[in-house]
Amino acid sequence: MLRIENLTASIADKPILKGIDLEVPQGEVHAIMGPNGSGKSTLSYVLAGREDYEVTGGSATFDGRELLGMEPEERAALGVFLAFQYPVELPGVGNANFLRTALNAQRRARGEAELDAVQFLKMARAELKRLAMPDDMLKRNVNVGFSGGEKKRNEVLQMAILRPRLAILDETDSGLDIDALKIVAEGVNALRGPDFSALVITHYQRLLEHIVPDRVHVLAGGRIVRSGGPELAHELEARGYADMAAEAA
Amino acid sequence: MNDIAQARAPAAIGAEGFLARYAGLRARLPGDETRRDAAAESFRARGLPTRRDEAWKYTDLRPVAALAFHEPLLATDTDFKLPPAPGARLVFVDGRFREDASRLPDGAAFTPFARAPRFDALARPEAHPLVALNTMLAEDGAVLTVPDGVDAGLVELVSIGAGGTRHPAAFHPRHAIRLGRGAQMTLLETLIGEGVYLHNPVMSVMVAEGAALAHVRLQNESQAAFHLATVYAGIAEGGTYDGFTLNLGARLCRTEIHTRLHGPGGAAHLNAAQVLRGVQHGDVTTVVAHDAPNCASRQTVKNVLDGRARGVFQGRIEVAQAAQKTDGYQMNQALLLSPDAEVDSKPELRIFADDVKCSHGATVGALDPDQLFYLRTRGVPEIEARAMLVRAFLDEALTLVSHPAARAALDGALSAWWEQETA
Repeated sequence: MLRIENLTASIADKPILKGIDLEVPQGEVHAIMGPNGSGKSTLSYVLAGREDYEVTGGSATFDGRELLGMEPEERAALGVFLAFQYPVELPGVGNANFLRTALNAQRRARGEAELDAVQFLKMARAELKRLAMPDDMLKRNVNVGFSGGEKKRNEVLQMAILRPRLAILDETDSGLDIDALKIVAEGVNALRGPDFSALVITHYQRLLEHIVPDRVHVLAGGRIVRSGGPELAHELEARGYADMAAEAA
Repeated sequence: MNDIAQARAPAAIGAEGFLARYAGLRARLPGDETRRDAAAESFRARGLPTRRDEAWKYTDLRPVAALAFHEPLLATDTDFKLPPAPGARLVFVDGRFREDASRLPDGAAFTPFARAPRFDALARPEAHPLVALNTMLAEDGAVLTVPDGVDAGLVELVSIGAGGTRHPAAFHPRHAIRLGRGAQMTLLETLIGEGVYLHNPVMSVMVAEGAALAHVRLQNESQAAFHLATVYAGIAEGGTYDGFTLNLGARLCRTEIHTRLHGPGGAAHLNAAQVLRGVQHGDVTTVVAHDAPNCASRQTVKNVLDGRARGVFQGRIEVAQAAQKTDGYQMNQALLLSPDAEVDSKPELRIFADDVKCSHGATVGALDPDQLFYLRTRGVPEIEARAMLVRAFLDEALTLVSHPAARAALDGALSAWWEQETA
């Protein structure tokens, strides 16, 4: 499980996270909702190991192992996956090569056997079929010329192939129409199970209609100001963040 | 540089040693003595190019001028290992043809220059000091002719600098490649070696009507060597010269390619990649002369520079008044892997026709931290992620090499480079 304790972080000496406490037990999906500038993306980047953010205090452990201080690739091998709000384009890097390199790097780090090209393609095609995505997704360069929806679906494909144990979805719903949103949600739901946890970060409640969380946390001003069940998302939608943030202050 | 220094006649540097070698060798060198003597006079007057020559502003040959080069020994026992030849292979050691290590092509007629020493009009000593030096001292080379309508397939031209002698050797091979009407060939040049030496080849290429030459150069010379190559290509109506150079080796390298599109509908591709580190200096200089209408020229040149390496690209496109409907494209991009690496880029367009399309561009950048982070969050270790991004950067140029065996040779050399880089 993911346990975050009194986590503080800054970017360019400006404090963004001001003491986050959060637990996501194994097998649960938690949502983090909050207004713009509340620190949602910072939290996801800090957990994934982005260097631009300075962790100034606290801890974040996954299955008892301290994540902070690990290289991003070590976190990935441990099973942590960040689905990007803005997936990065990699011109000149084919999607199949990218996915196989990533999968084999993780397997190598875990002491598992690598997949050869044939084994990998068989597995990747099966996942594509399951996600109702076209085969040419593998042939294209990573995210290059992809629409916003295709980029997010590619994140889901990566998740399906890499099989993380903790997925952090950073505003995966932004820029998606309702059909794309459903496909993404179905992809995430398909991974749900006793060995999969997720932190779904979103500004809007609508994604949570499709990925129903076990718990909802409200992030405002760099702190978790409220936690509750899925009904909290509906309350937020009705009342707005300003009200809730003021109440918590 | 002040005006007085600029006005002063440049002093010839590096000429004496080579002229002394010529005096000793003159009687033994094959071919026309008057041509060689004229080249020697030209070289005596100009010496090696200096940075005062506009065309040599970014490449300094003083390290070449400072060394005393001798002609290579007649080493018949040189030990070298080459991978098995997929097809025809012409091997030269220290610039001399080695029949014992070669496999002659079926589709093309081959003669060593030593047995057919003719200087053609494409490479003119008075126009270029290095051509003068080559003409003066050329001893051997590949004279390769593909008859009309014949596809000669893949022919390898391998040059090995043997090194290992007391004095650094200099060799000046003279190659002549001729493709008859409608003929085709892929010429894969592999240039390797050990120790300190100067390799100063001159190649002239004649592409007849409708013929197509793919000329792939894998320059992987000794890291202590000097490589100064000059290529002249003349392209007739509907002909294609499809050139690609990978500069990976040599302490100092200049690849200078002059192409002249003298018939309508011809094409010249002068693509290149330079992957350099340490104190390596690599220079790709091209001149494309569009003399006839409806011709196309394409240049994609990529530089990956680490350490204190320096990459130079100079590309000139000349469009004559008659060359209407010219389509010229030139792109030079550099990826700097270290803050001490440097790239110099000089595009030059001289256009005298009014209905042409010519574009050029240049970019310089470092590896994108967002791309690196993205790869690492997927579990790819940093070193591997960097390698993937460098390969991706080069990919746009490498995909232009269509012959699979030639492409595989380039990929293999780049993989070996990367292994050394991360060792």
